[in-house]
Amino acid sequence: MTLTNDSAKSSRSSFAAAGGLDSIHGEAGEIVANGVHAWFGKRLVLENVNLVMEHQKVTALIGPSGCGKSTFLRIMNRMHETIPGAQLAGEVRLNGINIYDPSERAASARRHIGMVFQRPNPFPAMSIQENVLAGLRFNKIKTSKTSDIVEESLTKAGLWNEVKNRLSEPGGGLSGGQQQRLCIARGLAVKPSVLLMDEPCSALDPTSTRRIEQTIKEISHEVTVVIVTHNMQQAIRVSDYCAFFLAAENEPGRIVEAGSTTQIFEAPVDPRTDDYVNGRFG
Amino acid sequence: MTLEMTSGVGGAAGESFVPVKIKPIRPREFKRSDIIVLGAAGLAAYCITWILFDQLTLLSGQLGFVLFCVGFFLGLYWVVNRQLFTRQVAVDRFVAALMTLGALAMFIPLLLLVVFVVARGWNLLSAHVFVATQKGVSELSPVGKAGVAHAIVGTLEQVGLAALIGVPAAVLTAIFINEIGGRFTRTIRVVVTAMSGTPAIVAGIFIYAIWIATFHQGYSGFAGALALAVLLLPTVTRGTEEVLKVVHQDLREASIALAAPEWRTVWSVVLPTARSGLVTSVLLGVAVSIGETAPLLMTVFGNKLMNSNPFNGPQAALPLMAYQQIKLPLQADIDLGYTAALVLFLLVFTLFIVARLLAGGRRRTPGFAALRSRIVNSSLGATEIEQDGFADTPIASYPPSTSTDERDQR
Amino acid sequence: MSAGSLPTSGPRPVMVTSRGGGAENLRHEGKMSISVKETSGAAVAKPLLISTRRSPQDRLFRGVSRTAGLTTLLILVLIGLFLALQSRLAFQTMGWAFFTNTGWVTTGPHPQFGVLSALTGTLIISGIAMFVAVPVALACALFINEFAPRQVLGFFPLKNFLTAMVDLMAAVPSIIFGMWGFFVLQPSMKGLSRWLSDYLGFIPFFKTSDTPIYTSSFLIAGTLVGIMVMPIVTSLSREVFSLTPVAEREGAMSLGASRARVIRDVVFPFSKGGMVGAIMLGLGRALGEAIAVAIIISLTFQPSIHVTQAGGNSIAALIAFRFGSGGPIGLSGLLAAGLVLFVITLAINLVAARIVNRSKMGG
Repeated sequence: MTLTNDSAKSSRSSFAAAGGLDSIHGEAGEIVANGVHAWFGKRLVLENVNLVMEHQKVTALIGPSGCGKSTFLRIMNRMHETIPGAQLAGEVRLNGINIYDPSERAASARRHIGMVFQRPNPFPAMSIQENVLAGLRFNKIKTSKTSDIVEESLTKAGLWNEVKNRLSEPGGGLSGGQQQRLCIARGLAVKPSVLLMDEPCSALDPTSTRRIEQTIKEISHEVTVVIVTHNMQQAIRVSDYCAFFLAAENEPGRIVEAGSTTQIFEAPVDPRTDDYVNGRFG
Repeated sequence: MTLEMTSGVGGAAGESFVPVKIKPIRPREFKRSDIIVLGAAGLAAYCITWILFDQLTLLSGQLGFVLFCVGFFLGLYWVVNRQLFTRQVAVDRFVAALMTLGALAMFIPLLLLVVFVVARGWNLLSAHVFVATQKGVSELSPVGKAGVAHAIVGTLEQVGLAALIGVPAAVLTAIFINEIGGRFTRTIRVVVTAMSGTPAIVAGIFIYAIWIATFHQGYSGFAGALALAVLLLPTVTRGTEEVLKVVHQDLREASIALAAPEWRTVWSVVLPTARSGLVTSVLLGVAVSIGETAPLLMTVFGNKLMNSNPFNGPQAALPLMAYQQIKLPLQADIDLGYTAALVLFLLVFTLFIVARLLAGGRRRTPGFAALRSRIVNSSLGATEIEQDGFADTPIASYPPSTSTDERDQR
Repeated sequence: MSAGSLPTSGPRPVMVTSRGGGAENLRHEGKMSISVKETSGAAVAKPLLISTRRSPQDRLFRGVSRTAGLTTLLILVLIGLFLALQSRLAFQTMGWAFFTNTGWVTTGPHPQFGVLSALTGTLIISGIAMFVAVPVALACALFINEFAPRQVLGFFPLKNFLTAMVDLMAAVPSIIFGMWGFFVLQPSMKGLSRWLSDYLGFIPFFKTSDTPIYTSSFLIAGTLVGIMVMPIVTSLSREVFSLTPVAEREGAMSLGASRARVIRDVVFPFSKGGMVGAIMLGLGRALGEAIAVAIIISLTFQPSIHVTQAGGNSIAALIAFRFGSGGPIGLSGLLAAGLVLFVITLAINLVAARIVNRSKMGG
């Protein structure tokens, strides 16, 4: 089922680029970062990051804390610019379209590149059902199949059976793991091309963590997943590709090595990668 | 999958490319083309309104011109944006324009007000005005003979006395509520909150009825001070209470662990920590009192001569004098009223700056607005704000914490 | 690793034993440092009773504070009581007619006075004031918090400056507003009043008599009071808006919500209670405003809803105009009117508190 908002139907003048992000219809996409730099005020925190995150695959961003992994993730759905004083350089291309092109709106990018945050943040003033449908509401996507969408999204997130009888209860009344799965369902409901996940399990118990890892593997056929994680075992379990970030002292973060997960963990090229994946630091 | 090695690989860590000058950008939602749209809509609206008002003279009046211009602008802006962009974007832009206009509608009257007060009163200011009173001034006197010294003295004495009476009582009450507690705490807090909405005129008539009508004490500066103290008391109590609440419990516990008696803890630890907030709270109460005219009408009554004894006889006061003077027919009298108003405004402004400077020095202490809002939100049961310390935006701590700095920035 | 099952047994007896043997063997094993008897539930330790004996200086301190607190309470309660008591005379003279009479004759053989015209006037002025103030104040608060750039030209702290300006506006004395209203606002609004009564005169609100005077009207007084009240509502609303949790905002933004959408769906639901509190506070202020109203209106005792023409009344202004005249009955009447105003303001505060509290339970 494809979802479109009325932008694809309305006439666009030459003010806005023809096609662009609004022509994407929600298949899993490939997202590429070219020469991405990031600043907080005057301080450079990410330098020259180039990475291809292949479609229908799970890419994990690993590395010690403070290396800019989360910053990089937020650059990919144009959330970095919401921080006062934050700046960036470079391109991020979704299926070839540069989301930072001046003619593209931030909201369009975020519509197609969803995000799940470290701490679950369901909307407390909305019910479970309303939470799942929130993205559709925000983007003025009209459809009559709301209950189908709700069931489909919650099933993919592994939450349907637990909440199917209480869809109208407030979203804040679930356990931590359930809330996070609700946020995943919410993110999936708008059929994004990419789903970014910023340490989604770090605030959860082991059972919820495993459930969510299961979900990640299941959804990767429809959505490209990019996940930031501190947990190397999680990266091994869940990802197809890994990128290792590192920031030396007083230096900006950079990618040291990137490749398939097997290669990174079994045969790392760079000695620093070797040290990290074998637990010698970090 | 393309594997791109970035700088630093293959050599010692730290070895990098020759740095190319990369320019950072901040993506802008509102681009140059949008500014053109905005300007065009504004210009068009102005022209249409001009035609309507000045050429066809269907309507007239400054205020009407402005209102119609705004209306046309909004209409045009919506239509143009809808043509160019999707409905979502058009709504977003329209709302932004609407909110901006709202802000202008707030600040333009303020600007006009300040200009008015300063313009009308400035020429009349002189050193003489600060020392002379209305003694011996009649309709036949030359302009500029009268001054406002008596009113200044009156205001200072009344507000000073009010603070003297009200502040210690308020602070002690706040200490009682926050530090000591007891059975009456909730009652006192509820009553104080309820009373902080007392209209000034009610406080005035209350003091009039007790002090002047019943006890036959006559008009005096002290009566005015009593009325002002009644207004000041709830505000300063609640403000102090809020400020004391923010002081970390750890500090009190450290003091108790050193075997300090309770009053020592309060006097040497809690109060000094809350000092700037206390000052702001007191200044808030004083600012409320300085400008009040209504309660003074019926307690100090006003006086054309200097009366520096607040306990005996009617006194003048700046706001009261302004009120009384502008009702008089002669321009000279009205001018004196403007003078009094300007002096009053300068006084309030100075107080405001002082409070702002004191609050701005340490990030933790709230300014007037923050304090007032915290009082209201707290008394209405809102959740408390956890005031974290001043924090930079560090790389490692992501997502950014909701520190005071962060909140100020948003 | 077991399949995520947690130990499900209930409370078990706490028993630390050395290898082998039950509790009986414990006393022979000196090596174990602690042994805890099996808790059968029968022998339960009793908590110690701790009493506080305070030093004399502490007792003095506590006594003084408590006295201050109680004195404050007493004073504030006394005000309410005193108002009630002193109004007795008025109610004795007029009875229930106090609430239905419109005139104000308090001397002479047949005093006839009542608070009705003042009360309706107060409500009309406050209504107009809120109508003017609330949209502008909320728009301004949203502008400062959501749309204004943090810095302009690279260094000028716009947001802080605007917040300070709002604050300043709230601190300006009402007499100055009154003067500005009389000399600046009123002349500009004359034209508007005439336009309203000419073109919208079919609405009874805007109708005027045959030879209308467009100044000294409810409309102008109400607008002025609205302008006075705007900064209070703005600064409080802005504070509440800024407290919206970042996580919720980011959640909405990450789903592609535009700024306006985030405001509507995240900021407003969160700030509902605070906004109501701000508006109620503004309303309380508007109800009690005496001087600005007194400067604008010309006092009349005919209650009317014709807001564009001259004449008006409000309880606060009535007290300001008529204090000191009317003898003891007059004073009592004013006190009674003040009591009515006081009760109304109190009620507003209490209603606001309930609305805010109730809105918190859902979220």
